[in-house]
Amino acid sequence: MNEVLIIGGMALVTFLIRYPVLALVGKIEMPKRVMDALRYVAPSVLAAIVVPVVLLPNDKPIQQPADAIPALATLLAALVMWRSKSLLATVMTGMAAFLILRAALLSLGV
Amino acid sequence: MTAVSTPRSEFLAGMRDTFPMVVGGAPFGIIFGALAVHAGLSPLGALSMSLLVFAGSAQFIAVGLIAQNVSPLFIVVTTFVVNVRHALYSATLAPYLRHVKARWLPLMGFTLTDETFVTVFKRFEEHGATPHSQWYYFGSSAFLYTEWQLSTLAGIVAGRTIPNPQSWGLDYAATVTFTGMIVSMLRNRSTGLAVIAAGVVALIANPLPNRLGLMLAAVAGLVAGVIGKSYFREDQEVGHE
Repeated sequence: MNEVLIIGGMALVTFLIRYPVLALVGKIEMPKRVMDALRYVAPSVLAAIVVPVVLLPNDKPIQQPADAIPALATLLAALVMWRSKSLLATVMTGMAAFLILRAALLSLGV
Repeated sequence: MTAVSTPRSEFLAGMRDTFPMVVGGAPFGIIFGALAVHAGLSPLGALSMSLLVFAGSAQFIAVGLIAQNVSPLFIVVTTFVVNVRHALYSATLAPYLRHVKARWLPLMGFTLTDETFVTVFKRFEEHGATPHSQWYYFGSSAFLYTEWQLSTLAGIVAGRTIPNPQSWGLDYAATVTFTGMIVSMLRNRSTGLAVIAAGVVALIANPLPNRLGLMLAAVAGLVAGVIGKSYFREDQEVGHE
């Protein structure tokens, strides 16, 4: 079937994105300005992943109480991280809050 | 710096720091495995994709396209668009990896993910590159790789018995982990500005296909960060290096 073609092609392009820059840039001296700018990649990408998931659940603005659960749980997770500095504690509380809020809303029939 | 770092201690530190990401990522793998068999991929194909591609969001999108019988070429091109952000990750990490022997770089490239990138980047920012930093990297990426294969397998096995894998809401765990990482990176005002800019652009660009919004938002965050840095005069503070 097409599976071999699809998976082989996906593996190849993904590797060709990840590896060459890694191999090249180490050999070339990057200007300090570029390096300073690249420092913002990590926080920016993370924000770009999280914000739409939280504020546009199912690609729509928050309308019902259930839609607001990810936002509430994320807010709590951010607070836990800020106070505890523990990523594991953050994941645990965030997930627990998410599941508890959802179960509570389900049981209320909202 | 702390105690003497050895390849072993670095590898274990990489694993330890990545553990929350592993917890957050496992549900994703399970859902991926289940969706893949629902989409008509063979169990071996689903596992091979995790083994050979190892890119969560691209795999999700590919499986969605496979379910719609889209041509292989289109799927491969889509994968490129979805994953192109990894080139930015490579460029960000490469300066810290200058001392690493060239033979390790293909394996590092192959196992590069969002999770390993942010974990390793944070480490390099705080500790600088150490002689064994490739082992920190591998501790992180090997842990995630193993988790991704095992969770994919679990999803494949469970897939047939679960009618609607996406409805569990467990994929939300990764969002929480990433939120924690953002908070831990908010060290100065320019980073805050970058986060806000990236978030706003990601919201506006959300309707764009293939996670193009993600790439746009990353660039917006980068630009905002650079502007913020000079506006808040952070370059006059003492840096890490």
